Amino acid sequence: MSAPSATASTSEPSFLVDQGPRHGLLAWLTTTDHKRIGLMYLAAMVTFFFTGATIGIFMRLVQLSSLSHMMTAQTYNALFTVHGVIMIFLFVIPGLPAVFGNFFLPLQIGARDVAFPRLNLASWYFFMAGAVLAVTSLFTGGGPPDTGWSFYAPFSIKTGTNVTLAVFAAFVLGFSSMLTGVNFITTIHRMRAPGMKWFRMPLFCWSLYATAWVQILATPVLAITLVLVILERLFGIGIFDPAKGGDPLLYQHLFWIYSHPAVYIMILPAMGAITEIIPTFARRTIFGYKAIAFSSMAIAGVGSLVWGHHMFTSGMSLTGDMIFSLLTMIVAVPSAIKVFNWTATLYKGSIDFQPPLLYALTFIFLFCIGGLTGVMQGALAVNQHVHDTYFIVGHFHYVMFGGTGIAFFAAFLYWFPKMFGKMYSRAWAYAAWFPIFIGFNMLYFTMLVLGLEGMPRRYYHHLPQFDTGHVVATVGSWILVSGLLILFGNFAYALFKGKKAGSNPWGGPTLEWTTASPPPKENFATIPTVTGPPYVFPVEPRP
Amino acid sequence: MGWMVEASTSARGADKVFLVSLGISVFFLVFITALMIYFVIRYSKKRHPKAENIEGNAWLEITWTVIPLLIFLSIFYYGWTNFDYTRNPPRDAMVVNVLGRQWAWSFQYPNGKVTSVLYAALGKPTRLDIRSADVIHGFFVPAFRLKMDAVPGHVNTTWFEPTRLGSYDIECTVICGVDHSYMLSKVVVVPVEEFKAWYFGGDDAPEPGKGLGAEKSSVAALSAGVAEAPVLALLRAKDCLMCHSVDGKPMVGPTLKGLYGSTETVVSGGKERAVKVDDAYLKVAIQAPEASIVKGYPPTMPPAALSPAELSQVLDYIKSLK
Repeated sequence: MSAPSATASTSEPSFLVDQGPRHGLLAWLTTTDHKRIGLMYLAAMVTFFFTGATIGIFMRLVQLSSLSHMMTAQTYNALFTVHGVIMIFLFVIPGLPAVFGNFFLPLQIGARDVAFPRLNLASWYFFMAGAVLAVTSLFTGGGPPDTGWSFYAPFSIKTGTNVTLAVFAAFVLGFSSMLTGVNFITTIHRMRAPGMKWFRMPLFCWSLYATAWVQILATPVLAITLVLVILERLFGIGIFDPAKGGDPLLYQHLFWIYSHPAVYIMILPAMGAITEIIPTFARRTIFGYKAIAFSSMAIAGVGSLVWGHHMFTSGMSLTGDMIFSLLTMIVAVPSAIKVFNWTATLYKGSIDFQPPLLYALTFIFLFCIGGLTGVMQGALAVNQHVHDTYFIVGHFHYVMFGGTGIAFFAAFLYWFPKMFGKMYSRAWAYAAWFPIFIGFNMLYFTMLVLGLEGMPRRYYHHLPQFDTGHVVATVGSWILVSGLLILFGNFAYALFKGKKAGSNPWGGPTLEWTTASPPPKENFATIPTVTGPPYVFPVEPRP
Repeated sequence: MGWMVEASTSARGADKVFLVSLGISVFFLVFITALMIYFVIRYSKKRHPKAENIEGNAWLEITWTVIPLLIFLSIFYYGWTNFDYTRNPPRDAMVVNVLGRQWAWSFQYPNGKVTSVLYAALGKPTRLDIRSADVIHGFFVPAFRLKMDAVPGHVNTTWFEPTRLGSYDIECTVICGVDHSYMLSKVVVVPVEEFKAWYFGGDDAPEPGKGLGAEKSSVAALSAGVAEAPVLALLRAKDCLMCHSVDGKPMVGPTLKGLYGSTETVVSGGKERAVKVDDAYLKVAIQAPEASIVKGYPPTMPPAALSPAELSQVLDYIKSLK
């Protein structure tokens, strides 16, 4: 970005210093500063992520035959449901947009805040209210839900567990998502700095834009569906109950019309973050800017039409099976385009191999496995075998954790010095990578193999032929989690004791790197004027 | 897949599609990974201090859009043809009605025989009409690469033609309640003559497949022992013993041993109350179980369909289990 002269005036205090009438916690809870709201999401989500991971560890332990009696089948069924609900609704869906989107969207487009700052705070409160309801559902009524996070009817209608409250929690969380979507779309349309044309926008913003449309268009369908489940449970309206003329497959259609696009809500911003990281460390402009921008929109569009691939074994019509399989193959193309463009961006660069780049390239590797296993199971004959097995579980962990999760870490490593004005230990960030990478693949690649061998998902008890695979996966989970602890321990240490970071330690080209670290409350002393494309090198690092 | 048994015609088809798509995937993954590693080393800032700003190349973009598209569409087509095969049973297939319920499978043959293990004749097509009595279940035979959900209100049809003798796992693949992972059975593939001997034999015809080293199903294993009291057979036939033991062991539901005359805390309408277990309570508990659930147990029991005579038989039996 042919840089607007300013590093923001260093005299202004950072956004981390209370500047309003209120102080301390109260100042945070009533803030409308997009950066503070981003950090509040971050705090909540890191907590939820580790809660979900802890539950995951227990789920793995049960699969060691010698420990299978540590809990009952009912408890296990509750654990995988809660693990899914927490990880999906409280971490992966809101993850990158709510934390890094909130923090960096206004900074990257040269704005002082999002379009509706108070609505932004309201979104955070909806999010927290949903989270509190979800937690409450575990300890009240008939106990934690045991249906899996997908709440399939009619089991979700019939079970005596506390599905009603858990579903209501997801309903409330949906509002947070929709309101954030409205906010981001308006911000991108109305708040771009002078001279920032659409194709001068950083690609992270493009990915947030595509995501926000999916959030607005798909989330209401989920909200309606969840209300129907509640009405069905409370009043027996019969819309999903075949005994009353309803249809359980209607639930699956409605659920996946949201929940498949939700997968793209999860992965698009992750792809956006990777697209920011690679040019910065390759020290050269992005390869194929427009191809990457349009592929985001294509993923959002076509991705909204592939939900039926979750239902190939449900007895849907053969025509439905055929069309959904075809569209599923087509949606793989824009993802492939992104992968090729990222790789080409490394070509003839001058590569500075820093931790964010290591994690970004790891994202590409793991996401390729996730995407390609997706293509494999999108083929109908294969799907018929691997559907609802550990193959699926392995596949979506490669996409959601290997993809979005690792991208979240990469984005955190990339933007941490900007957010807090501190630098973490790079040596420890590299050190954490080894156990994360090894443990991850031991855990989830083994799941792919177990699934091929016929291990169904959501099984408390497994047949003896699967013993060995389960032991390998469980040991992998321990290695993985030790890497996560090192990574986040490093962040926590840096937060308090980290060396001071300059305004642009990596030599990043986009607007957020032109202001101070951490940024002042109003982001920029004067709103920058943009005169060129976003990724212009060389940029001198200011460590 | 070498280490995995292919026991039906559809298994071979599915595996071919799998191996082709696996080959393509491995090629892509290795290609991209090798390229990334090569670029990172070759263009490290030490070796290549000055970057070149290449903004893109339209021909490359077209190439890596069109080639993957064609490859993915071929995978689609190959997957579709092998899938279509499994959804169009031949007309001469024997039709078996498969019923899934919490948490057992049962198989009803055209001549009325009902089994808990699926018997099939080698080389003969068997069509499955799959139904559910309660919630959604998934009927999965890994050795056949075959899966079809049992959806209440729907009849889902699939079929298979076994190509190999043996006994193969059936697993439920859709979460259906507390004992989802115990909703297992077997497909036993036997030679045609052996199948016929069983099928056309009377009620007392021996089960086929004994010579295959086929594991007995849990039901068969239980009933293979001492000839049991008729009332126990009745409890088993009504699936009571899936969840209730008669020896004091807690299972999904409370044990029947020592139940009669005891005082239990039950939950009805969200309130807890203590009841003494007598004839009146047991009748309600068997025929309308959701009305009052014993505290600490899941409210998952379906009403048991018992004739008045059977009901009194069962009550007498429970009384006798001190």
